[in-house]
Amino acid sequence: MAADGDLKPIKKLSLKENYALLTRGLGWEPTYEKKEEIFRTIDFEGIKIHDWEKWEDPFRLTMDAYWKYQGEKERKLYAIIDAFQQNNGQFNVTDARYVQALKLFLNGIVGLEYASHRGFNILGREFPGVGPRIAAQMQAIDELRHATTQIHAISHYNRFFEGMADFPHQFDRVWYLSIPKSFFEDAVSSGPFEFIVAISFAFEYVLTNLAFMPWMSGAAFNGDMSTVSFGFSAQSDEARHMTLGIEVIKFLLEQDPDNVPLVQKWIDKWFWRGYRLLALLATMMDYMLPKRVMSWSEAWTIYYEENGGALFADLARYGIRPPKYADVTIKEKQRVSHEMWSIFYSVRNAVGFPVWLPSAEEMDWFSEKYPDTFDRYYRPRFEHWRELEEKGTPFTNMTLPQLCQVCQWPCIYTEPDDPTEFVHRETEYQGETFHFCSDGCKDIFCNEPEKYVHAWLPVHQIYQGNCFPEGADPTAPDFNPLVAALQYMGIKPGVDGGLMSQHVDASRWEQWTSRPANLHEGAITQAVRKTT
Amino acid sequence: MSVDIRTNSVKPIRNTFAHLARRFGDKPASRYQEIAYDVQSEVNFHYKPLWDPDGEIYDKRRTAITMADWYALKDPRQFYYGSYTTTRAKQQDALDRQLDFAEKRDLLRQLPEEVRAQIVFALLPLRHYEWGANMNNCFISAYGYGTAITQAAIMATTDRLGMAQHISRIGLLVDGNSGESLTRGRALWIDDPAWQGLRRRIERLFVTRDWFEVMVAQNLALDGLVYPFFFQQFDKHIAASHGTGLSTLTDYLLRWHEETAKWVDATVKTAAAENEQNRAAIVGWFLAWREAGIDALKPIAERVLGDAAEAALGAVAAQLDARAAKLGLKV
Repeated sequence: MAADGDLKPIKKLSLKENYALLTRGLGWEPTYEKKEEIFRTIDFEGIKIHDWEKWEDPFRLTMDAYWKYQGEKERKLYAIIDAFQQNNGQFNVTDARYVQALKLFLNGIVGLEYASHRGFNILGREFPGVGPRIAAQMQAIDELRHATTQIHAISHYNRFFEGMADFPHQFDRVWYLSIPKSFFEDAVSSGPFEFIVAISFAFEYVLTNLAFMPWMSGAAFNGDMSTVSFGFSAQSDEARHMTLGIEVIKFLLEQDPDNVPLVQKWIDKWFWRGYRLLALLATMMDYMLPKRVMSWSEAWTIYYEENGGALFADLARYGIRPPKYADVTIKEKQRVSHEMWSIFYSVRNAVGFPVWLPSAEEMDWFSEKYPDTFDRYYRPRFEHWRELEEKGTPFTNMTLPQLCQVCQWPCIYTEPDDPTEFVHRETEYQGETFHFCSDGCKDIFCNEPEKYVHAWLPVHQIYQGNCFPEGADPTAPDFNPLVAALQYMGIKPGVDGGLMSQHVDASRWEQWTSRPANLHEGAITQAVRKTT
Repeated sequence: MSVDIRTNSVKPIRNTFAHLARRFGDKPASRYQEIAYDVQSEVNFHYKPLWDPDGEIYDKRRTAITMADWYALKDPRQFYYGSYTTTRAKQQDALDRQLDFAEKRDLLRQLPEEVRAQIVFALLPLRHYEWGANMNNCFISAYGYGTAITQAAIMATTDRLGMAQHISRIGLLVDGNSGESLTRGRALWIDDPAWQGLRRRIERLFVTRDWFEVMVAQNLALDGLVYPFFFQQFDKHIAASHGTGLSTLTDYLLRWHEETAKWVDATVKTAAAENEQNRAAIVGWFLAWREAGIDALKPIAERVLGDAAEAALGAVAAQLDARAAKLGLKV
């Protein structure tokens, strides 16, 4: 037996050595089952990986460190959420319009976080290397964290405002929520390499600042302590996810030159898909935040044109070029939010939140931020619509729109070089005609038509009679298919949509806070004048 | 003197989300309920997965088990991400003190060489068992149905990585941070005849396609034998002649297993009680994997416990059978 004092002092390990010892070598080459039967989904996309060990884990985070670090962040976050709820922090936000943006967040984003959790679970199981599998597993549980903390941060709002109560039901059914839903289902239904390029690189690395910055800064600017605390808390997770995104891309490109064209194809596709998804963000930033952070055009300039430009310059040495149709996004940046808000305004009776026309002050802000387009194309439209509202005959559109087969937005975008002409693209496949909002979306379809014919397009489904609540009788004399479709979607006709000035959120807001529901328009109820 | 702070109290228009109100009534929901129920998409899927062209992205048919409501498979620990990470962080803090103590006192390095060799032989290959269990739980979270099961399964996935790393640390305490014990453990797992039964079963689970079978096989049958065998029986064997130095470090694994068993048992019990076909399928899986597990452990037990192997394995099997009986798996 070794006696006391005989032992050499224990070698101190650096963090790097510690991680390497604890993690590397956990995997082994299977001999009782065939490798291709264990990892069944990594070959069909055509990506070639010669050495999984070349994967440099960028974080070197052992589980004990992960638990402690994340646990500490959770403790702080929930302390704030508890305080927010106890003090009715929901009444401290700028006005009731801000809450409408939160409805988009809860109903449209939480489902994506969960889908992302599932996508990374698949990678966490299917990647043959230890390093990439651990990285995917950690992101899988992080994404679950984001779904969880978003629900918890916004849960309290649901107790005081309409339109959030049925968020999982709506995510699966509401026509405009099929846009985010189809985006993530497109990624999750792809192979593992396309998924990681789509989400970790194209979305997290190239576009995430555009998704994260407006929501979270918007929350901060508008006094939403609960949501902004989620944002601060998630920031370090996002930083890890972005690092993973760039590591993945370099790994794939360095493994085999044959990977380059595949990766480029996915970058093109997912950049465009992500960009179209972000149109929702553009609208929210420009129109729904009572206090604005920056314009969509400014955000696109900084976060895509400048940062993205530098990134793609750096990737040029691998043979990667900037995404196809990036030029179109730059042409559209002065238009997209205005075109979108026009659509939401005109179909406001079929959406899950009320809308409003921009005030005089807001239109002046748009004139300044969008000097080439706003006064020319959109101001006259909004001024005309305001006149109609004042006459008591607000403009409304009861026709269901033609949806794009790929991004699922209504085909409302305009020609890259002509803001007065709608883009309509179409193609034939197996004897049927398919419609697109853009060349970008059409290309995506044409590369994989057999995938996109399966898209669940809400308008088509409504017209086919697939969107009625259980027990509805379409033969009844008073049957109204549009009302039935809204009920199916979980939108309460007459409650959820319409004009902000007539919405129950607005009148309740004024009763509760004694402040105007729309700070630019003055009070709509007597409640604002009360002092006790 | 007490001061009443007057706060601006406003009556909410509803107490919880509609999907939770439909399940539990309109009363404030717990944080567990808010994430565990209904968050996974159920209908109107857009595309056929390229990795499973005949299925949906989330598909109930990826197991033979059927449930009227998949959210009956709830986690009795009520873990949501925040309570999960803070619980583990706290446990890790306590464990760090044990590890620190063991390192400062050279608790494991001071053991006689043959005892250290025994510890390496018996425990270090389990790093790879844990890594296999990590992969199998990740399979459940990837292909399972419903938020309740996938979130508990990803927690189990990261737990298993944590357990593999903890066992690695025990190895480093034995070998003084040289990493030799880890290399040895890996060689045993890959080549030593005694360990091949267990490795073969773990690899078998990598190609088992029914996620609920993987749940029963890995988390109930195999873990239900492996944990008590190594961290009770083997540990007791070492402690009997060499003190409880090792026990202070394996206790964590045992407690983790007890805690996780609550989730595993609730899940299996609920699914088995759902209908007769479920029960029959689960009993079938359980029996097959229990047998496989006992077979796999036999040569290891004989090497480390000698004549005491049979009794130890018998005790472990009896413990597992009693547990299965409580879950309604009449064997």
